[in-house]
Amino acid sequence: MAKTHVDAIIVGAGWAGSIMAKELTEAGLSVVMLERGSERTTPVEGAYPESIDELRGAVRKRLFQNLSQSTVTIRNTMDQTALPYRQLAAFLPGEGVGGAGLHWSGVHFRVAPEDLRLRSSVIERYGEKFIPEGMNLQDYGVTYEELEPFFDKAEKVFGTSGEAYRVQGKIVGNGNVFSPDRSDNFPLPAMTDTFSASIFREAAKNAGYHPYALPAANASRPYTNTYGCQMGPCNFCGYCSGYDCYLYSKASPNVNILPVLRQDPRFSLIPNAHVLRVDLDSTKTKATGVTYIDTKTRKEISLSAELVILGAFQFNNVHLMLMSGIGKPYDPVSNTGTIGRNFVYQTITSSRVWLPSSTYTNQFVGAGGAGVAIDDFNSMNFDHGPLGFVGGSPIWVNQAGMKPIAAATGAGGGGTPRWGSAYKDALINTYKHSLGIDAHGSNMAYRDVYLDLDPTWKDVYGQPLLRMTFTWKDNDIRMNQYVVSKIEPIARAMGATKMNLVHLNAEQPFDTRNYQTTHLGGGAIMGDHPQTSALNRYLQSWDVSNVFVIGSNAFPQGMGYNPTGMVAALAYWAAHHIRTIYLKSPGPLVKI
Amino acid sequence: MEPTLNRPLRRNFMKGLLGSTSFWLASGNAHWAEALAAEAAAHPYQPVFFNGPEYQFLEAACERLFPGDHNGPGAKALGVAEFIDRQMQTPYAHGENWYMSGPFQQGPANLGYQLPFVPRDLYRKGITGVEHYARQQYGKDFAALSALHQDELLTALEGGSVQLGEIPGRVFFEQLRTNTLEGAFADPLYGGNRGLGGWLMLGFPGARADFMDWVNQEGASYPIGPVSISGETA
Repeated sequence: MAKTHVDAIIVGAGWAGSIMAKELTEAGLSVVMLERGSERTTPVEGAYPESIDELRGAVRKRLFQNLSQSTVTIRNTMDQTALPYRQLAAFLPGEGVGGAGLHWSGVHFRVAPEDLRLRSSVIERYGEKFIPEGMNLQDYGVTYEELEPFFDKAEKVFGTSGEAYRVQGKIVGNGNVFSPDRSDNFPLPAMTDTFSASIFREAAKNAGYHPYALPAANASRPYTNTYGCQMGPCNFCGYCSGYDCYLYSKASPNVNILPVLRQDPRFSLIPNAHVLRVDLDSTKTKATGVTYIDTKTRKEISLSAELVILGAFQFNNVHLMLMSGIGKPYDPVSNTGTIGRNFVYQTITSSRVWLPSSTYTNQFVGAGGAGVAIDDFNSMNFDHGPLGFVGGSPIWVNQAGMKPIAAATGAGGGGTPRWGSAYKDALINTYKHSLGIDAHGSNMAYRDVYLDLDPTWKDVYGQPLLRMTFTWKDNDIRMNQYVVSKIEPIARAMGATKMNLVHLNAEQPFDTRNYQTTHLGGGAIMGDHPQTSALNRYLQSWDVSNVFVIGSNAFPQGMGYNPTGMVAALAYWAAHHIRTIYLKSPGPLVKI
Repeated sequence: MEPTLNRPLRRNFMKGLLGSTSFWLASGNAHWAEALAAEAAAHPYQPVFFNGPEYQFLEAACERLFPGDHNGPGAKALGVAEFIDRQMQTPYAHGENWYMSGPFQQGPANLGYQLPFVPRDLYRKGITGVEHYARQQYGKDFAALSALHQDELLTALEGGSVQLGEIPGRVFFEQLRTNTLEGAFADPLYGGNRGLGGWLMLGFPGARADFMDWVNQEGASYPIGPVSISGETA
């Protein structure tokens, strides 16, 4: 039964919420975790063979957010009317226990150290004038060295497979030469290269680049994690992204944390609980609890707590802050306020390479986190001086398992038939003999790209929808074009008979109709000053000190890497400081 | 509300076998497929959502989008129209995962779908609109047109030059194309992809979902045929 008062309330049962719940119960706190979606456990949701049904899974979007209840509105520019995101397409937030952590792919990166201090790094190398007008380039306020123990901790919980380059100052393997020093190796050896990844590795190496195995939270071997949760070895079935892994090989909150957490008497999980707001006291500087609606009974229920952790999906955290009056909403005109500021995405394009008809790429074979990448054009690893843009992209072959409906609906277009006999010819040829190469890039923050509340549309609970104002900017379009140009010679060396190099074009607006990535970020960012960030370096609200907001909402810029590893490390980082400092003396952890 | 394994066609037979050893034995047995084909021929599918003329349109249009040819079976042989009719009876067709609150205001195409219609509406209104257009342009129902004229009409819809009453022709075309391809390639338990014909063409092994030995075979073709969720092989 729901308690009326607990030590801590956690909103959202994804990675961020589950990590925080584990840490806070370990610290002896009573914790209630509220999840607006339904209960999900891998023995039920992940059971083979129903779990690998493409129509029911990724196509009918079984594990994703139900937009009929709540969505966002989107516009490209401030002079437009934002319109509702009525059908899931460009991004696919999760819903239900496990959140997006149940249906993710499993690419599990740390961070490029210079991405954490990108503003400082760009200024040191190229001067402040290098930063384009209107770009809100910022540092995180935390360093890689500070976060390293928490990256290590997260990898050992996730059962991450990878190949290290440098451990405690010593070169130990054939990993990413651009990656920073590690205190320990990956808990599991790297995933095997698929055929497509192996020829990319060879071609990239011959071109003088530095290929490495993607770090994957897909278990390359049987593994028992720090909490005693067990994972089975991945068999490359290809059902990671959009699915619940039937082999317990892909890390998820449901497999790697919740099985132990559910046994802790200090912990309770309430599904179908949609949080409406964090309740504040009259001074608006202290949270007293939260009010949620039971989505089955439609009854409003209030819980009180000493500590409130927002661990919902990126934009839902921002929405909750705006609905609760935590901090000051961002206003792009006066350039004041911080809630909604620095809303970012990633700049991702997928190119396709065809091999001779005697060569089969067997694209249905795959694992969401497996692949081979190069970082030669990511972060600050190359000279931006003559190029005149900020940011970069890893380039990779990440064969995650191509399913037939996705292949068929995505085939054709760009001057080639999308139906009929010629379409069938091309579809079959493409399915059997091609592979994808992605430029998975950063996205900078801009003064007129932000989140606020929509004036017109509402969710089923009567609250205004969150409004996104977002489009592609010249800096990021040129970055993407530059990086994609580097794919062509690699593809030729792989034996390409044909290629379709895809990049953004000048003035191209963001298109909500095609899947790009679910890696949304920012909107409630961490930083070193309350005028330019919503959260301090411990992800604590500057304004309401007993509220911590954990997620990719804290990223000041969209980075080239997948965000989950960073989110997990930030969760452990914040939890560590709550446990060691905050609980002994509640109040702001940073004083300005 | 989730679709279940018990596709009505097979329901009685499957119920007794599901989960038993004989289920798995039967599912790999050639007689099983033959028995199913015979049952299907003896009791042709009776559409539930679409009326007779609508279903005729659907069968004809899907076959042009995904025709039988040298690559293998087309929409008709794969049961795509049956698949779409069955889908019309699921929450998806009622737009239960779409945000359908007003106001409905049109905007630039890149901001996405903004019509007040769910898939069932799109089909009902779209087919009426296409038939009206076919009779106007060619003097016949769509199904009675030559393949050449059918393709011409579908091309016009795809190109965006035709308005079908309240529905842009392009929107209807994309709905039909998407559902047609789903029907060709979804697991056969939903009524399409008959005999796993869609998967055979692509070389997709279906529910095998275990490729430990095939992570890197230096570009060789995967040798094992597909299996469906119910255990049907081809």
